[in-house]
Amino acid sequence: MIPAAFDYIRPASLEEACRVLAEADAAGDDVKVLAGGQSLLPLLRLRLAYPAALVDLGRLPEPRGVEDRGDHVFVGALTTHDEVLRSGVVREQVPLLALATATVADPAVRHRGTFGGSMVHADPAGDLPAVALALDCVFVVRSSEGEREVPAAEFFVDYLESALGPGEVLLGVRVPKLGPGWGFHYEKFHRTAQAWAIVGVAAAVRREGGTIGEARIALTNMGPTPVRARATEAALRGLSPAPTGDGDGARDQVRDACGQADSGTSPPADLHAKPDYRRHLARVLTYRAVRAASG
Amino acid sequence: MSEQLDAGLIAERIAESDQLGEPSGAHEVGRARRRKEDARLVTGRTTWTDNIQLPGMLYMAFLRSPMAHARITRVDTSAARARPGVVAVYSGRDLAGEQGSLPCAWPVTDDIVIPDHPPMAVEEVRYAGEAVACVVATDRYKAADALEAIEVDYEPLDAVVDMTEALAEGSPLVHESGNRAFTWKFAGGDIDAAFRDAPVVIERTYVQQRLIPTAMEPRAVVATTDGDGFTLYSATQIPHVLRVMLALTTGIPEHKLRVVAPDVGGGFGSKLQVTAEEVLSLLVTRRLGKPVKWTESRSEGNLTVHHGRDQLQRISLAAERDGRVRGVRVDLLADMGAYLMLVTPGIPLLGAFMYNGIYKIDAYDFTCTGVFTTKMPTDAYRGAGRPEATFAIERAVDELAHELGLDPVEVRRRNWITHQEFPYDTICGLTYDSGNYEAATEKALALFGYDKLRAEQSDRRDRRDPVQLGIGVSTYTEMCGLAPSRVLGSLSYGAGGWEHASVRMLPTGKVEVVTGTSPHGQGHETAWSQIVADALGVPFGDVAVLHGDTAISHKGMDTYGSRSLVVGGVAVLAACEKVKDKARRIAAHMLEASADDIEFSAGSFTVRGTAEGRTIQELALATFAAHDLPDGVEPGLDADATFDPDNFSFPHGTHLCAVEVDTETGACAIRSYVAVDDVGSVVNPLIVEGQVHGGIAQGIGQALFEEAVHDTEGNLLTTTMADYLIPTAADLPDFTTDRTETPATSNPLGVKGVGEAGTIASTPAVVNAIVDALRPYGVHDVRMPCTPERIWRVVSEAGPPASGSGARAGAASAEAPAGTSAEAPASAPGTASAPGSRSGSDSGSGSGSASTRAPGSGEATSSSEGGAR
Ligand SMILES: Cc1cc2nc3c(=O)[nH]c(=O)nc-3n(C[C@H](O)[C@H](O)[C@H](O)COP(=O)(O)OP(=O)(O)OC[C@H]3O[C@@H](n4cnc5c(N)ncnc54)[C@H](O)[C@@H]3O)c2cc1C
Repeated sequence: MIPAAFDYIRPASLEEACRVLAEADAAGDDVKVLAGGQSLLPLLRLRLAYPAALVDLGRLPEPRGVEDRGDHVFVGALTTHDEVLRSGVVREQVPLLALATATVADPAVRHRGTFGGSMVHADPAGDLPAVALALDCVFVVRSSEGEREVPAAEFFVDYLESALGPGEVLLGVRVPKLGPGWGFHYEKFHRTAQAWAIVGVAAAVRREGGTIGEARIALTNMGPTPVRARATEAALRGLSPAPTGDGDGARDQVRDACGQADSGTSPPADLHAKPDYRRHLARVLTYRAVRAASG
Repeated sequence: MSEQLDAGLIAERIAESDQLGEPSGAHEVGRARRRKEDARLVTGRTTWTDNIQLPGMLYMAFLRSPMAHARITRVDTSAARARPGVVAVYSGRDLAGEQGSLPCAWPVTDDIVIPDHPPMAVEEVRYAGEAVACVVATDRYKAADALEAIEVDYEPLDAVVDMTEALAEGSPLVHESGNRAFTWKFAGGDIDAAFRDAPVVIERTYVQQRLIPTAMEPRAVVATTDGDGFTLYSATQIPHVLRVMLALTTGIPEHKLRVVAPDVGGGFGSKLQVTAEEVLSLLVTRRLGKPVKWTESRSEGNLTVHHGRDQLQRISLAAERDGRVRGVRVDLLADMGAYLMLVTPGIPLLGAFMYNGIYKIDAYDFTCTGVFTTKMPTDAYRGAGRPEATFAIERAVDELAHELGLDPVEVRRRNWITHQEFPYDTICGLTYDSGNYEAATEKALALFGYDKLRAEQSDRRDRRDPVQLGIGVSTYTEMCGLAPSRVLGSLSYGAGGWEHASVRMLPTGKVEVVTGTSPHGQGHETAWSQIVADALGVPFGDVAVLHGDTAISHKGMDTYGSRSLVVGGVAVLAACEKVKDKARRIAAHMLEASADDIEFSAGSFTVRGTAEGRTIQELALATFAAHDLPDGVEPGLDADATFDPDNFSFPHGTHLCAVEVDTETGACAIRSYVAVDDVGSVVNPLIVEGQVHGGIAQGIGQALFEEAVHDTEGNLLTTTMADYLIPTAADLPDFTTDRTETPATSNPLGVKGVGEAGTIASTPAVVNAIVDALRPYGVHDVRMPCTPERIWRVVSEAGPPASGSGARAGAASAEAPAGTSAEAPASAPGTASAPGSRSGSDSGSGSGSASTRAPGSGEATSSSEGGAR
């Protein structure tokens, strides 16, 4: 379909972009930042959004790229999914991000879509918000007023709504390196290779001796925002990943703990799944993700 | 720098890589040539309808009904007319006097109800997406923007969404005449006798969900006029049929109307139609005197491309205890949607003669009721009627095998027509000309590793592996190559089924072939060139194939129903024979010999026993000069031929599918897929392979992914590709394909249709495999598409699996009466009649065909992650 008419602005720098956004905000104009366009353009074409203007950041040289900053990795908002995937720093230092990004859409979309766009779009079915939540990432936000930081737990406000204010852009995200002893897994359940997750599970598990020292689990598409599976995280602490006992008497405590993965969630109903099925999937997939991350 | 794409260069490279040996006159047919049209197609030098730009062109956009059923009480176009760039705005009322009614060419019964079908709704809308107004503007953006300024008042009427409810007393009506369009019956043999005292009766109901054909190229139309004549370019499969129908609908005289199908990017039946947009674009160009263009968006297409399938099938099968089928009874409801379009009512009839499949049965009874609903009309979609029939019989035969504790291959073997029995007159009155079901099946079983997979299956059942393995068998034949004109007449179809071809020898010895078929992705230019190269002994590269323009190809029946090669290709061959006959007479004259003494070989006509001769190229030039022709011979070596087949074409094959079903999540993954098809003699194996691959993909699409979903108000919910899922290469397994070749006896090329075969065979293969995987859970059906959620629900409702594979008998069917468990072998009709030997943990030995199950050889390959993608 064809989008409704809009103005198009391509600022030469991030500073200019912030200025344009601030002016538009002051004037009460509805402007939208355009990055890779992979989420925004479909909304425009289906006439589900009618912004007066687009401010295109797509060709700005920064904030783009991946940087190793000691205790964390900084990923610039304009870094494409494909660039994230190709980054050795991401693969080695924050592998959960690489695992999840590899499941995003298809190569064509990954070459245009950006890391930052995925976050700001705040689609609960997107794969990367759950990763940010599981890893307790920190979002760095810029406006004409300056910079501020938003923890992941506060960044995803509601369905398709992030904590960004009207004049703000996302500069990038600090992704903490969790250090030795951690294992990671992203378990995505979807119907076709390029489809969105019906449910996804981002898991990071730290082994401590023979037991699970700490687990961080965030769920994709189990509510209007990504959610942490706190009850399961707590229940897993101190468990032995291997089943205890033998034969029919064997108890898989990890499975029991993952049976609470859906508690506190409010999964949506859509063509691909009703809420009860999503709850079931969250439990099964959390178990698989935890096993894979702790194996 | 990447090398610049050059179609010529690429064509040359393709030609080079095709030098599989010096082409001899006799050997073009059968060569796996790459398609000569592809260099142009893949380098973007195509003329899609949307690429056509004409001076002064205007653009159309349609305002479509947001409601499934409503009375239109007011349409106000004045504000839209005032929008910038808008040239005209029309409502249905503005066009009512001239728009006529979209045609239905297949009135299947005498008392069929064919409601008036205005291209643009005037009084009432009957499906969401029906056009209610259109804007004509100077560019497509302005046209789209102006749509928002049109005001329409609707008075909502009740939607009619469900076929069964539509037929119930008191249902809201789609049309005043009622919701029943027709009831069509057909029978052969004594069906009551077949069912009377039948030891086993299987009764099942299957849902053929509604599908949205998703051709890669969306529909597009360009209409133009010079003030006298009209030209319509359309992304259509049927330029010839369209011309006739548009002349009848619009009143534009046929000789003043040229229809062109330029490059067309796929159709699968969806472009076998006379669409509202085609008619309306002609009317608008007639009013404005300017060229107009319309190209649909994908979501507009999902709403308004005619849909496919949508049938409710009740099938009953009466059988002997040894598995032999006595009779088949079919009661069908077919959702017509809101109107009857070009061949809407005929689609289920194309399946009516196929419910016997490849089997010998004594009696058959078929009833089909066409039902109106407030949804987009249905019509042809790849396979049209035959996939539905094949699905029902192949699913039911699997159910029979299960009830009897027999291997599904064995049950088929006990029923199928053996190769010695051809030609075989079926209970449906068709004559299957040739086939060898045994050979295709043996080959498929061997390629598949059937016994090993069965062993692995029983091992997983014994271990209660959460990932179960299912094996699906599907055998099929189908009637295609539409069609003998006489048969079409007897079925009340409005046209014939012949095909036309001309072969023109140009003065320099090159050949132009004009075909009445209308390729839209099938590779006719290549295949027809191969046929001509062999027939006339000219180089492959010297043949050009012209098509798709009624000004160039004046006569034809176009491309659908796997007909192009078996009807159109044969017409090309017949025209070549006429060219040769004439060339022979001219050669005889020039060589001063008797025509009987002239031999033809590799493009040369020689006097028997001598080296003296003329090449066909020399004869072409001599005929052009016409200085020395025999008396009474007209200058020219051209010939026309029209071929009307005496019979349908009956390809067949055996498809086997192994599916891993993750019972914890409901996910299923196709592990291996083997297709052995018999499409008779093969002109180009590569093209056949491509057709089979695409066909299987589309059939898997129906089995696992695709469904047009409406809400209770009749709104289509699957308007984007995020909701209507079609598989891509990433979602499909590698296909193992092979062929047996049993030449057709009904045409001189020995060829059979291949266009629909893969689609017809694959859907039941996949669903049979899924159900087979879930037999231990007592599952006997999963509705299509078999989504993870559906599979999970079926498994959760079924409860824990019975132990071991021996439990298959006990788990017959949730609907079967009590007493069907293995401990208490029942023998009453209609219940499982499990032999006692199948009880307990006697793993895998329940098969009536021990050879196909070898328990214990357990070649369990890694499986635990099989279901999870
Ligand atoms: C076919 C298809 C399949 C897909 N499948 C998946 C999938 O499986 N999983 C998945 O996670 N995603 C999927 N996506 C979405 C994809 O990941 C997008 O790239 C991503 O959601 C948006 O990134 P973008 O750069 O394209 O953002 P845009 O579409 O340009 O923008 C999206 C939103 O973010 C805002 N925005 C973007 N960048 C900034 C910034 N720096 N500062 C402030 N605001 C900003 C925009 O204003 C807009 O509101 C799919 C997309 C398509 C088209």
